[in-house]
Amino acid sequence: MAPRVSIQTGDFDVAQEIAALRAGDQRVGAVCAFVGTVRDRNDGAAVSSMELEHYPGMTEKAIEAMIDEAHRRFDVYAARVVHRVGLLQPLDQIVLVAVTSAHRGESFQACEFLIDYLKTQAPFWKKEETPQGARWVDARVSDDTALARWGIEGGNG
Amino acid sequence: MNKVRVRYFASIREAVGHGSEDVTTSAETLGALRDELIARGGAHARSMARGKAVRVALDQVMSDESQPLRDGCEVAFFPPVTGG
Repeated sequence: MAPRVSIQTGDFDVAQEIAALRAGDQRVGAVCAFVGTVRDRNDGAAVSSMELEHYPGMTEKAIEAMIDEAHRRFDVYAARVVHRVGLLQPLDQIVLVAVTSAHRGESFQACEFLIDYLKTQAPFWKKEETPQGARWVDARVSDDTALARWGIEGGNG
Repeated sequence: MNKVRVRYFASIREAVGHGSEDVTTSAETLGALRDELIARGGAHARSMARGKAVRVALDQVMSDESQPLRDGCEVAFFPPVTGG
């Protein structure tokens, strides 16, 4: 069984991840993937790089539980989450969420559910390098609002 | 008294100057442990003060401050998460 969750410093190949996720599964008629990348601006400042910290052990457990929840809520076949940590630069990929299902609706929904959930409940923290110095990124209330659409109280922002 | 492993992440880790410590405490809940750490003053008081957004995990599961402490458990304090 391929791992469902990977936390890694290295980059990932979206095509390769998707191919592995649906390999040999003839039931699959839809694959939905979300890729989060590093922007060169955030909250009005130029961002030259960012450092991503996480809580080893808890991160994997939390995301595994989110994928279990996605399977309970949506008729999906497989899901995969890859999240990078360490030093990243604008244009770099940060996170991949990919989901397979028979029809597009379920994988679109499950993919959005997973990234909304991850953003407010998985223990990652971003520190940005800006011309004014390094700063920890603030949580966004809009991320809690996004999670609330799924009936889950985020309490993060 | 319970002996617990306390872990800090992100801005709180930077403020207190280390990522983990073993604490022997009479606190019965996660919230009481937070208050005990705040009462030390200094960086702990500044980074974990009441009114600041601090999240807490018990044995690597997102939790709330009403949860009871157990001997040997791992408690983590950190700011709101910002991954994805």
